[in-house]
Amino acid sequence: MRAYAIAVFVFLYLPIGIIALFSFSAGRSASSMQGFSTEWYGRALSNPFVMEALWTSIKVAFLSAVLATVAGTMAALALTGMRGRLRVFFDTLVQVAVMIPGIVIGIATLIALVTVFDLINPWLETVMGRRLSLGMGSLIGLHGMFTMSLVVLLVRGRLESFDRAQIEASGDLGAGPVATFVQVTLPQIAPAILAGFLLAFTFSFDDFIMAFFVAGSETTLPIYIFSSIRRGVTPEINAIGTMVMVASLTMLIIAQVLLRPGAVRAGR
Amino acid sequence: MLFMIYTTGCDFLTVLRMYGIGVGVPQHERTGMLDANAETEIRMGVSREQGTQSIQGHPSDEDCVAEFVGATKRFGAILAADRINLRIRRGEFLSFLGPSGCGKTTALRMLAGFEAPSDGMVRIDGQDVSRVPAYARPVNMVFQHYALFPHMTVAQNIGYGLRQVRPKLAKSEIAARVEAALAKVRLDAFGARRTWELSGGQQQRVALARAIINEPKLLLLDEPMAALDAKLRGEMQRELLDLQRSLGITFVLVTHDQEEALSMSDRICIMGAGRIVQVGTPQDLYDRPRNRYVADFVGKANILNGEVLSRQAGLARIALAEGTEVLVPEAEADTRRHVDIAVRPEALRLAVPGEDAMLRARITHRTFLGDHTEYLLQADGIGALQVNVPRQAERAMGGQGVGDEVHILWTAGTGLVLAAEE
Repeated sequence: MRAYAIAVFVFLYLPIGIIALFSFSAGRSASSMQGFSTEWYGRALSNPFVMEALWTSIKVAFLSAVLATVAGTMAALALTGMRGRLRVFFDTLVQVAVMIPGIVIGIATLIALVTVFDLINPWLETVMGRRLSLGMGSLIGLHGMFTMSLVVLLVRGRLESFDRAQIEASGDLGAGPVATFVQVTLPQIAPAILAGFLLAFTFSFDDFIMAFFVAGSETTLPIYIFSSIRRGVTPEINAIGTMVMVASLTMLIIAQVLLRPGAVRAGR
Repeated sequence: MLFMIYTTGCDFLTVLRMYGIGVGVPQHERTGMLDANAETEIRMGVSREQGTQSIQGHPSDEDCVAEFVGATKRFGAILAADRINLRIRRGEFLSFLGPSGCGKTTALRMLAGFEAPSDGMVRIDGQDVSRVPAYARPVNMVFQHYALFPHMTVAQNIGYGLRQVRPKLAKSEIAARVEAALAKVRLDAFGARRTWELSGGQQQRVALARAIINEPKLLLLDEPMAALDAKLRGEMQRELLDLQRSLGITFVLVTHDQEEALSMSDRICIMGAGRIVQVGTPQDLYDRPRNRYVADFVGKANILNGEVLSRQAGLARIALAEGTEVLVPEAEADTRRHVDIAVRPEALRLAVPGEDAMLRARITHRTFLGDHTEYLLQADGIGALQVNVPRQAERAMGGQGVGDEVHILWTAGTGLVLAAEE
């Protein structure tokens, strides 16, 4: 049983480990190790196309994560106060959104956006002289919408163990609704909100499938990597992949630490 | 000792005189009842033996710290509070007592400001506060599970109310008042602790200190003892009473525990099905329960059904069974033929050898409880009865056990005719 478990982990992580290892290769081949150097990292970081794609990715990830965090937290708070069928309905929608394959969401969103743009662009052009198109806006919007469900799930989890009588106690002691939120609710759900932000950021930063459909003329880092691979894999790609992976893992680990039980004691 | 079991055909007034009962006992001295739902005429009985008139009666305007005026609360189709009329006296300890779902918590939450009445109003110090949110009311609450803030220390919890005061109070003043409050609840050394490190009793004291620090006009307590074990509960009850005496704040307690209500309250408001059933001092409610509901809820009571043969001067001559008649005080003028009578188990006596009594019964259970013994009896023509016999009196009895026959003495004027339940 133990050997089997080890085999599974080796199967899962060996390819990733090999890519990380080969990214330090001194040779030109992406599939063999020829000496040790950090040359490819230097090349990747000085490649203007890589840097531009990275900057785009960071902008999209940051803004969509902000959008998802704000909207997701508000949705979670509203859902907690809700009872009955309507709540089950919204809960189901949120959970289903996480499970739908990215390619389905990507295509569906593309079709929806193109349809909407076709409808309102003629009117927009005559009134404002501008037109909507796929690009940064659609990327941020789609990633924000999708990762919002992650934030809702995380913040909801934290709110479950939150004694709602505290809100009444705070009001009873003279704090208005805003003061209560800032002093009582927010400090206790903050770890979940921050974890939600990091997960949303990571998801958006890593996402290729959905971004591919709605990116328009924008190139995010995963899209850049995908298009480079078509011209052949170089150790430079390995280096970029390794860096993306390290950054993502770091954020995921921070999120996990924030979410561990007892990060803020919510019990009585 | 007088007793009043007598056979049919005996002249009613003669019997009265025989036992030296004055005819014409003033009616008002026995009316310990309150029509909770009649807004105008709220009459409280004044019992002779207590002489605590200041606590009883109808609080005058300036004596009244808070008031429900026809306060009604509906949750959808459920009527949680039904036309509640009640005046709360400044400085008193008032309890809302009743089973779960009787409306006591709703009443408390209307005082706190967590529920707005659907109809009627709630006044604090004469001001209609029905639409004033909780944070703007001079009222504080101790929550059932304390609702302490887990992300704050004990001192931060206690100082929370002071930090909400605008214009802001000086930090030094807040610190000093928190220190004083900590001392008041004997938690001096615990200011820097986290609330979850404390025991249940300590947490409750934190909740108490947090609620009194803003010197509210009313301190509301929502079943504060429910989460404590029995021993700690008694201790906390005494502490709470001491605190109330030293602060002079009006306390309003919600509880389903009749002992808690009886032992702590100046007045108790018994609720059922969203309405006030009876308001009175603990002694009032025990001695003069208005109806079966109150008699059942406060203390133990034998409830018997009988037929009224005649009425005179607030006493009803009632046939319990063929040949068994008793004289029972009647609190309210009544014309019903069939009435319920409540009689406390300790108000009845078991005859000692040589005593003459008409009511025969057989012992079905005997429970020795130290200071007294509970006898469950099957009385001829009446049914089950409980009689509590003090240890001292039991020694004089013939040592009867289960299955043996005993005679019950029903002293004239014992028991109470119950009003019909609405």
